[in-house]
Amino acid sequence: MAELLIEAIVAGILLGCFYAAVSVGLSVAFGLLDVPHIAHPAFLILGAYAVYLLASYGADPLAAGLVLMPLFFALGVAVYRAYHVAFEKRGSGVDSGLRGLAFLFGVGFIVEVALILFFGVDQRMVDASYIGKSVAVGDFRIPVRMLVAFCLALLLTAALSLYLSRTFTGRAIKAVAQDQTALALMGADPVRIKQWAFGIAMATCAPAGALLIVVGPVEPGLGRLYIGRTFCVAVLAGLGSMKGTLAAGVILGVAESIVLTSLGPSWAPAAAFGILLLVLAVRPAGLFGR
Amino acid sequence: MNPPLLNIENLSKRFGGFVALSAIDLAVQPGERLGIIGPNGSGKTTLINCISGALRGDGGSVRFDGRDITRLPPYRRTRLGIARSFQIPRPFPTMTVAENIAVPLEYVAHRRSLHTADVRAEAMEILQRVQLADRADALAGALSQIELRKLELARAMATGPRLLILDEVMAGLSALEVDEMLEMVMALSGQGMTVMMIEHIMRAIMRFSQRVVCLDAGRIVAEAPPAEIVRDRNVQRIYLGA
Amino acid sequence: MKHWTGFSIAAAVVLLAALLAARTIGNEYFFFAGYVVLQFIVLATAWNILGGYAGYVNFGSGAFFAAGAYSAVALIKIFNAPLAVQVLAAASVCGLLGLLVGALTMRLRGIFFSIATVAIAVICETLVVNWAFVGGARGTTVLQPEAPAFFESYTRLLFVVMTLLGILAVALARYIERSWIGRGLQAIRDNEEAAESVGVPTLKLKLFAAATSGSLMGVAGAPFPLYMNFIEPTSAFSLNYAVSALAMPIIGGTASWVGPIIGAVLLGSAQQIITVTVSSELNVLLVGVLLVTFVVIAPHGILGLLRRVFGRKYPG
Repeated sequence: MAELLIEAIVAGILLGCFYAAVSVGLSVAFGLLDVPHIAHPAFLILGAYAVYLLASYGADPLAAGLVLMPLFFALGVAVYRAYHVAFEKRGSGVDSGLRGLAFLFGVGFIVEVALILFFGVDQRMVDASYIGKSVAVGDFRIPVRMLVAFCLALLLTAALSLYLSRTFTGRAIKAVAQDQTALALMGADPVRIKQWAFGIAMATCAPAGALLIVVGPVEPGLGRLYIGRTFCVAVLAGLGSMKGTLAAGVILGVAESIVLTSLGPSWAPAAAFGILLLVLAVRPAGLFGR
Repeated sequence: MNPPLLNIENLSKRFGGFVALSAIDLAVQPGERLGIIGPNGSGKTTLINCISGALRGDGGSVRFDGRDITRLPPYRRTRLGIARSFQIPRPFPTMTVAENIAVPLEYVAHRRSLHTADVRAEAMEILQRVQLADRADALAGALSQIELRKLELARAMATGPRLLILDEVMAGLSALEVDEMLEMVMALSGQGMTVMMIEHIMRAIMRFSQRVVCLDAGRIVAEAPPAEIVRDRNVQRIYLGA
Repeated sequence: MKHWTGFSIAAAVVLLAALLAARTIGNEYFFFAGYVVLQFIVLATAWNILGGYAGYVNFGSGAFFAAGAYSAVALIKIFNAPLAVQVLAAASVCGLLGLLVGALTMRLRGIFFSIATVAIAVICETLVVNWAFVGGARGTTVLQPEAPAFFESYTRLLFVVMTLLGILAVALARYIERSWIGRGLQAIRDNEEAAESVGVPTLKLKLFAAATSGSLMGVAGAPFPLYMNFIEPTSAFSLNYAVSALAMPIIGGTASWVGPIIGAVLLGSAQQIITVTVSSELNVLLVGVLLVTFVVIAPHGILGLLRRVFGRKYPG
């Protein structure tokens, strides 16, 4: 019994770092930029399918994820411009919050349906040397692909965290999250900075999407489950905190893993939503909240 | 000595590490005209927010008419008789001016007879008093600065308050407009309403107040009638620097 | 009460027309399709009470719809309850559901309510899939009882029932909109802090709107199992309900009770035509594209466009 639990926890930690990686873009978009980016999971799935396409030509999925980053960055900039012009600029009008949210929901929905039209509803998978094998660590067997996901996730989160704290643009992004007007008075254009930041957030969807399809098969409807997981992590982290994202991801991963072992696979996705509702009820600022 | 209408004891408020209010003791007598001055960031609006309920203090108590309201939500405090205007006007932009006034009338004054009240006439009467009657059917989103301020005042009046708190209601107005506002506020006071006014415009504070309280860095540093407050050393230091 | 004379007359006319149609129109497909459009009128009107009037976006309308349907199924299985009881039960269950989601999230920013509605949708679906009593993942058949003598088929009866439910839903929305409740909700939508400061009990009103909205969505779903003769989770919880419930009021116009009707009739009919002639995926894509287009270009919907052209306030 205890062994099962430890196995669940170990699996959960690996899974959790993966969840942190797929949520880090949302931590930036929603946590720092205050964009109600409910379409983030849809773009994650899009990234996964883009990787699938490249992989079907023989590319390594993780490499494909990295290569696709500039493309997704450009996509992010485009989406943010549309969102900003249509909603943020038209004034903090009465309806713009509702409509901005509806817009992003619509965009995410269109992405999902387009994927269905293009690829069908069947699950897609990729092949790589590290998929399908597992390695023995002590008494447990750990799938190699989870270890790979774990490492890449740590790398991604660390890179983004460093970027935000050490580089000029990164600090500008954090500044714009705190006080737009002050930033503007200092000569930096808040809109361009937010655009850049959103582009980065979207760019993470490429390697994160690669991780997604490495870790397991994907199908277009997966986005809905990941709405819960990504928002759970982003909110539990405390909006905008990168190291919080890692911690929150691990917490979710372990919780889900335990639920999986005890209640079965159909209940595992509900764990994310359950935790999210709990956090919102008890401590909406999250672990490291601003 | 009458019991105070508003009694604040040992009120504190912090935002993370920043102390906005520190051990505030303040009593406001019924019918009094109290002026509140102090530099930006001294905690004036935070104090108002704690009285109106928009914020909860971190310690101490707020009593209104003998009743402890420290834990009440804002709308309950309004129904008890506390009204406030906002520093930056917050109208309901998609409604007309008259509808803006109808909301507090329907939710406070006529709360107990919601189905039969026809509030239009009453709204017009209030708008007459602030000279906004001619804009009654205009959308609130289209008003000018001074019209917005008047709407703020009218909306607060529509709640039928016993205590009216005005947060820099004259900011940005011309000298003539300031006098106009001041006249309206003095008329309200003349009808027995207790009024607290936060202002930077000294001329208005001097003419309006019976007593002036000066805040600095979250504390009350001076409390005196207007003629004396300008001679207070602390106040001079804060405003003039020496 | 004078404001209601015109509406009551129109409602009576509509109901009579539905009854007449049920007796005279031969093509059975008319009633299948008509039922769906009427159902969407209820769903869109329900959504708008919370979304349009209060400004809280519900992404999980499918869950409320399905919860209503499954409440009906449960009652049928337990003691073969009559349709009216099913509808009442669905209204109660879904009203409570709306209240629950609201109570958990309405002290926070709007987006958290929206995420919570997605959460409820997933949790409800998981619950139902694991609930063998109502058929679980495989679903269960529901037998239509004998139609009363007036109606040629049970579907025609459901068509008339849904017309009645539609009238009731729209009347409720219209009442809320024009009353002090509606003004309070509008105040909350315009500026919640100011509303609270002038005496509006914002949390209570929001919870009321959430409960009413949820309840009506359940009502829309209650006759669904009888209509389909069958129920299973995938179609009951279909994302199409969530998107349509949102798109129809936005396309029609969220500011008034008329908007959702316009959106439901136009989009619902279009959906019926496209699904039959082209494909159902394209139909769903169309809804998404229309939603995004309207939200960006015509934020006040068709009603807003009409108002600009004809320059007067909405009819009401």
